[in-house]
Amino acid sequence: MIDFLLPFQYEFFIKGILVSVLLGGICGLAGVYIILRGLSYVGHGLSHAAFGGAIVGNIVGMNYYIGAIIWSYLASFVIYEISRRNKIKPDAAIGLVTTAIFAFGVLLVSMTDRYTRNFESLLFGNILAITEQDLYVIVSVTILSAAFFFFLHKRLVFSFFDNESAKISGIKTSHIELLFSFVLATIIIVSMSSIGVTLLASVIVGPAISARMLSNNFSNVVFLSIIIGCVASFSGMYASFFLDSSSGPTIVMFITLAFGITALYALFKKIYHSHSHGSISHSHPHMHTDEHRHEHTHR
Amino acid sequence: MGSFEYLKITGLSYGFTYHDFVIEGVNLTIPKGRFMSIVGPSGSGKTTLLKLLCGIYEPWNGDIEYICNNDSDSIFYYPSIGYVPQIETIDWNFPVSVQEVIAMGSWKYKSYLPWIDKKLKNQIKDVLKILGLAGYEKRHIRALSGGEQQRVFLGRALIRNPDVLILDEPTTGLDYVSREKIFDILKNLNSNGMTVILTTHDITHIANRSPWVVCFNKYVIAEGPPQDVLKEDNLLKTYGLADYRPK
Repeated sequence: MIDFLLPFQYEFFIKGILVSVLLGGICGLAGVYIILRGLSYVGHGLSHAAFGGAIVGNIVGMNYYIGAIIWSYLASFVIYEISRRNKIKPDAAIGLVTTAIFAFGVLLVSMTDRYTRNFESLLFGNILAITEQDLYVIVSVTILSAAFFFFLHKRLVFSFFDNESAKISGIKTSHIELLFSFVLATIIIVSMSSIGVTLLASVIVGPAISARMLSNNFSNVVFLSIIIGCVASFSGMYASFFLDSSSGPTIVMFITLAFGITALYALFKKIYHSHSHGSISHSHPHMHTDEHRHEHTHR
Repeated sequence: MGSFEYLKITGLSYGFTYHDFVIEGVNLTIPKGRFMSIVGPSGSGKTTLLKLLCGIYEPWNGDIEYICNNDSDSIFYYPSIGYVPQIETIDWNFPVSVQEVIAMGSWKYKSYLPWIDKKLKNQIKDVLKILGLAGYEKRHIRALSGGEQQRVFLGRALIRNPDVLILDEPTTGLDYVSREKIFDILKNLNSNGMTVILTTHDITHIANRSPWVVCFNKYVIAEGPPQDVLKEDNLLKTYGLADYRPK
């Protein structure tokens, strides 16, 4: 018989579960603001920039986090300035700037043999190899980022929804956007060694788009995205123990599964929902055509 | 500090590329409490003029001054402005309800708390009553008609109780009844002392409902009551069918 509590006898696993749930939750929270700002590609791009920075930092003998922070903040600032001053959309700027910075890191690796940190663990993540120091950093960043989204929620939502009106009403939208991109960069850096550069985009965007399909209410979308992020990360981590698979890709598979389930649910909800014709309220599958006019019971 | 007496625009010019003015040499004096409609074709610079008034753009040349009774007040005075954008620019898939959109207008109230408290909810209810949208608080913005959506954005501007209300094409794409409703609300606000400035393509509607009209196409071509301004020669110049250069 399978001992379902077996993984919890190992300290490394408990640490891994804690990290995956924290990162699943904070990425789920940040993801909602990212998709609503139209920056779905930013997670993918900034993780590549941070990877380049981590390598450069390591080569010049700097702490891994400091190198990654300098590089990805620089990338965030350049992306922000390019898209603000030119006719280029943020996604195009992300594509160019972050790939260039990533390529610079890879170029340095190919030219030197001083790189010591595990190259593969940054690319594909290794949640079980995180150190005590990594854990403290992840907990601190999770708390600070959650506080950022909590206290600046009104400014962020107004700026992302209607930037010009927000500016007229006194919000310093350019400061908010720059600060937002720095917070994202920080979340991405701390997630990188656990989840991996190549897998991070899914953890950021997946829970948010799944939650968006389930609700039209902003608070509900945020709440659901955090829950989906935490549950999928926990499940992926837990399953990876029994499947003897890499934790990062397993978490991504569970996030994709969550997306599949919510997409199906949203589809069924669309064609089979409660509605009323005059005083008669009922449910049956139908399409919205001129012949089938009705008031919806639930909007 | 008292409210402003009039808004004075002097020699205002602006453009998006060098040496290519979108609006040029605009002079206007707008007394407090005026209901003013700016009419002109697409690309005439109407929206640019509104955005200059709101402070989104910095003028290339000229000044926008709010003049108060006391000259020393004028130096520091900047009125509270309510802005209603063109609703075509809005992302209707954004997950926000009517209540949340209107609450954005008063983001400064308990700005560091993410929720809408009871006091603000009651204020929103009052605004929705004025707009004829009572009971719409929880609806998603996409689930409204065009006229209702326009009124929600009007509500977001009104929750701040602004001195000046600026609306960019508030009646575009609306049917006659919805346009009438919007104008009824605006007239009512204006009768209570609010300055209303709007842009529109809809000449026939403003001829009946707007007491002051500005014909605009890069320059101010004519301004005054609609019966004096909406004349053939002014309209030909406004719509680019006759040459016009300011003296």
